[in-house]
Amino acid sequence: MIDWSGYLGLILQGAVVTVELTVMGSALALVMAFAAGLGRLSRFWAVRALATTYIEFFRGTSIFVQLFWAYFVLPFMGITLTPLQAGVLALGLNVGAYGAEVVRGAVQSIGREQYEACVALNLGRWQAMRHVILPQAFLLMLPTFGNNAIELLKATAVVSLISLTDMTFQAQVVRAQTGNTLVPFTTILILYFAIACVISYGMRALERRMARGLDGVRS
Amino acid sequence: MEWDWDFVWQIMPTLIQGVKITILATLLGSVLAAVVGLGIALARRSPNKLLSRPVGFLAEFIRGTPLLVQLYFIFYVLPDIGITLSPMVAGVIGLGLHYGTYTAEVYRAGIDNVPRGQWEAAKACNLSARQTWTQIILPQALPPMIPALANYFIAMFKETPLLSAITVLELMNQAKSVANSSYRYVEPITMVGVFFLVISLISVFALRWLERRYGRIG
Repeated sequence: MIDWSGYLGLILQGAVVTVELTVMGSALALVMAFAAGLGRLSRFWAVRALATTYIEFFRGTSIFVQLFWAYFVLPFMGITLTPLQAGVLALGLNVGAYGAEVVRGAVQSIGREQYEACVALNLGRWQAMRHVILPQAFLLMLPTFGNNAIELLKATAVVSLISLTDMTFQAQVVRAQTGNTLVPFTTILILYFAIACVISYGMRALERRMARGLDGVRS
Repeated sequence: MEWDWDFVWQIMPTLIQGVKITILATLLGSVLAAVVGLGIALARRSPNKLLSRPVGFLAEFIRGTPLLVQLYFIFYVLPDIGITLSPMVAGVIGLGLHYGTYTAEVYRAGIDNVPRGQWEAAKACNLSARQTWTQIILPQALPPMIPALANYFIAMFKETPLLSAITVLELMNQAKSVANSSYRYVEPITMVGVFFLVISLISVFALRWLERRYGRIG
């Protein structure tokens, strides 16, 4: 009979790495999403082109290829990243590209009259964005951001292939040491699902919190 | 590190072989996902709670866990209970099941979009449940779904490199083996990226055409 407690500890260590990656990747993705999403709506042609290129490139190639590129090819160009850095970079940039389209869609869905009201009140472009448009648009983005965060969580499993000791990697270690496949893989499947449930619950709570006081304003 | 075109042409045949396997896996996976998705969507609408609840939960579970782990599960755990699958078969089943849970939502939205009056008319015409589905509901529900389904198939195409983790010799795996034997990573991995970008961009144009042809659902 195998003593599972030690192995469970190993998998939980991996779970910590997975959660770290998810949090840091989401933070980078959020920044990139707003930068690129608003960049696509910019007045300047060059900014729009740059943002579009970024979005199309990262949405067009697979996360797996991007990760391998960051980890194996960049060192040849003089940039050496630790697996964690490569993982956060690839995940953040990839999911950020999807998030950028969400930001753009939400900002564009805010009615014309809001922009006209901003002009009437003599708000600058930045003021209008900051105080009028984004607070309304953000609420529309939240549900999709929640889905994106879960996509990111699932994508973190891929980093195990560049030797980062996340949950999937640890499950492989346990499998190699015990020869048992069912227990470690079932455990991590349940853990992934639990983390995904926490994310979607948290997002729903955040959405309720943000929607407070907006009843009747939203169409 | 210099970019070496000679080396690129030298590895090209190997990479093209990989592309063929990648595309084959995507096509087979798409067919399976389309069938599985319809099955899940129909099961979730079933009035029998003993069927709809477990299927719903299972779909949520598959959607909430990483494809890579599911592939490992299919490839490494199933042999324990006597089901040994070749890497390719395991990969296609993994892709099909995972994306089937996504396409199920597309089917659901498409079916919900068929107006109530159509159901009532089918009942008024005394059609059986089976006739209602095959003659009335699905023919109206399917065409608007095509762009959304195609969207998921492109997403699936981008996930196929994961199959390299269960030793399918697709594009990524071919590139990795070339890279490991020559110790040149820049060209093979970059070429994989280029292949994916080119095929994705072509599929995006195809998708735009499908959207114009069939319209889209929200």
